[in-house]
Amino acid sequence: MNDVLLGLEGLTKAYPGVVANDDVSFDIREGEIHALLGENGAGKSTLVKMIYGLVKPDSGTMTLRGAAFEPAEPRAARAAGVAMVFQHFSLFDALSVAENVALGMENPPKPRDLARQIREVSETYGLPLDPGRTVGTLSAGERQRVEIIRCLLQDPKLLIMDEPTSVLTPQEVEILFETLRKLASEGTAILYISHKLEEIRSLCDHATILRLGKKVATCTPAEASARELAEMMVGASFETPQKADRPLGEVMLDVRGLSLPAPGAFGTPLREISFQVRAGEVLGLGGVAGNGQDELLAALSGERTTGADVIRLRDQPIGNMGPTERRALGVLSGPEERLGHAAAPDMSLVENAVLTGADRMGLLSGGFINWPKSKGFAEDVIRTFDVRTPGSGTAARALSGGNLQKFVIGREVLQSPEVLIVNQPTWGVDAAAAAAIRQALLNLAANGAALVVISQDLDELMEVSDRFGALNEGRLSDLRPVDGLTVEEIGLMMGGAHDMEVAHVDA
Amino acid sequence: MLRLEKRPQPSQLWMVLSPIIAVFLTMIVGGIMFAILGKPPFEAIKVIFWDPLFNDQFAAYSRPQLLVKAGPLILIAIGLSIGFKAGIWNIGAEGQYIMGAICGAGAGLAFYPSESFLIFPAMVLAGGLGGWAWAMVPAVLKTRFGTNEILVSLMLTYVAQSILISVSSGLLRNPEGMGFPGSRNFKQWDAAFNAELIANTGLHWGVVTALIAVIGAYLLMSRHIMGFNIRLTGEAPRAARFSGVKPARVVFFCLGIAGLLAGAAGLFEVTGPAGQLTGSFNAGYGFTAIIVAFLGRLHPVGILLAGLLMALTYIGGELAQLMLGLPGAAIQLFQGMMLFFLLAADVFTNFRLRFGKKGVA
Repeated sequence: MNDVLLGLEGLTKAYPGVVANDDVSFDIREGEIHALLGENGAGKSTLVKMIYGLVKPDSGTMTLRGAAFEPAEPRAARAAGVAMVFQHFSLFDALSVAENVALGMENPPKPRDLARQIREVSETYGLPLDPGRTVGTLSAGERQRVEIIRCLLQDPKLLIMDEPTSVLTPQEVEILFETLRKLASEGTAILYISHKLEEIRSLCDHATILRLGKKVATCTPAEASARELAEMMVGASFETPQKADRPLGEVMLDVRGLSLPAPGAFGTPLREISFQVRAGEVLGLGGVAGNGQDELLAALSGERTTGADVIRLRDQPIGNMGPTERRALGVLSGPEERLGHAAAPDMSLVENAVLTGADRMGLLSGGFINWPKSKGFAEDVIRTFDVRTPGSGTAARALSGGNLQKFVIGREVLQSPEVLIVNQPTWGVDAAAAAAIRQALLNLAANGAALVVISQDLDELMEVSDRFGALNEGRLSDLRPVDGLTVEEIGLMMGGAHDMEVAHVDA
Repeated sequence: MLRLEKRPQPSQLWMVLSPIIAVFLTMIVGGIMFAILGKPPFEAIKVIFWDPLFNDQFAAYSRPQLLVKAGPLILIAIGLSIGFKAGIWNIGAEGQYIMGAICGAGAGLAFYPSESFLIFPAMVLAGGLGGWAWAMVPAVLKTRFGTNEILVSLMLTYVAQSILISVSSGLLRNPEGMGFPGSRNFKQWDAAFNAELIANTGLHWGVVTALIAVIGAYLLMSRHIMGFNIRLTGEAPRAARFSGVKPARVVFFCLGIAGLLAGAAGLFEVTGPAGQLTGSFNAGYGFTAIIVAFLGRLHPVGILLAGLLMALTYIGGELAQLMLGLPGAAIQLFQGMMLFFLLAADVFTNFRLRFGKKGVA
């Protein structure tokens, strides 16, 4: 058996009103891939931040190779050999790969040496990357490689990875796993944070499961079924959304040859996108983040207009209409970014209900807002979608991400749309609430609405969609019925593994 | 260690409290400043805040002045506050105010010496339109070419000032004025004179319009969808576009209404308290109104109170110059301090002070 690299003993951290970690103890051994599994809000992030020196535990101790380990700040953690790849990248778009890497180093070597080192590491671990390229031009998968290489250059003993696969195609995931396995075989321990059970079962040696801040179990994931892991994670069984059998109706939304230039320097242009969605149908659109999802939503919601005939609703041209006119006709949408796009952060939930519901819910009379009625609508959404908030007067930014997500999706669903387009509808929402949102979407379809669900969560798309398509660099793949679609096929539709190579495991 | 922590939502208490705290801090620091200048600090504060209203000797003159000075400040600040809510920084109200006065006065003088009762309303209309047109320049440039409305509106103020000097000694000069610069005196032309409505109160049509504007702005911003869209644009521009707000419409509306109100204020001033168009009839109300708008929390009722307070410091300041020989610059500094402290106290609306080491949530 390997020696213990990092020992955690009774770690506790409380924030006002919530105990994020409660007496958590487990060991990470040298060279093992250890999963940290749990729902959103289970305390994974807080635990990792304590290891990385971002948060100081209230009580409990950590040991690194037997010596006391109390990093006061990330720099100390890095010096001790702990490196971390964050879920959200901290890279500067306008700088080159090498410059970004250098920014994260204590004593960066000369640019030329650094470029050579980057090439060496990327060769060895199958992470091809040109040090001279501008980060703004890289795909999400490539950006992740920059982050990983930045960590590997520090020669870490423990590499922490926070939900690394959320931005990757299935093929890219496989390649990443090869890299991680190679690292582990060379003695680097990896703490792998995820809530994707199949990944953990195939990759990880051990798994520690957190629920509501407490350690529930440490197990060997390969020996447990995904269902068992899920139940340990959630603490109860929950209902999987049910697709009702429903006949498909007339074509509701008809998009023909939708092309739009990129909105900014680092946006994605839409190229010749065509599809139809029928009444009662859910079209799932997958793809790695940054391949045109936001841009497609903006074009369908009316935030960006096109030629009138490019988008049709029941054969009526609507491409040149703005969001208000489209809403009046029944075309509703929910963007990915909750704060600042789907909702105004400093405005109350009532005001945020008016944001999209003003016309359709009859909240206006003669241009004046009927506040009592608006409050009623907001409270309807809060009640129906179990939004946890002190009240409808609370500012949107005071809500947790998952609760706000429930609110913004619920706001559209309750307006009984004829066509609903949503991007990442369950992003950051816990499993039970995600199931409720998906069920609400399926119910809409069952009642004859046409849905377009854009998501990076393939499991979600498989659960709700009838047909599947993938966005890749602003193009839409052929649409395929979901039944009988394999993960490999989906991966290829998403653009395969781009230009990644598998790690030279035997090199 | 002290640190600031963001509040989950803005504190209602601090929203109301911070202007009051700002006024008190201004009194304290201003008092210290007066003391350093060798003037009695308590006496000076009393002269500025108390004497204009309650001193036996001066109150009779200075009390009506309160409304005379507060009227234009409130009227202009109301217009500005609507734009500021949307994140449209029109700081050229002074120019719109001047152009309103020129256009309104010019329109009236074209009919001199008619005594029609339509003269004054027509002048108000022309004044408002003049301010509106002047504000449309930055609006068109912003929506068409993406120029910065701060720079354009500010620069246009200097253009307006030059036009004012030109017309008051040229086009609109009083032909019977024996060569002195300045237009005819409206106080001597009943049809165009913006007289006191109730004697010795200072209440003229401009003040009435300001009060109507306060009520109108309150209804617009809190009840009407246009006001909602304006606030939305200021707080979350992307969410506003998602909601269906057309950004250009908001720019035109906000700059337009600010120009309209500032222009009307200019006309009321030139036909009333100022009496005639001269190269220096404008007393900087357009700039002071910016302070009034912020001091009043960009809220109509707040602006009403802030306008009265600012008018008080104007009158009190003049009194202090007269009585105590305080330099004019010290009074301006005193007024500026108020905005300064307000912005500082405002931090606590969105943040709270915490002791101890930083923790990352």
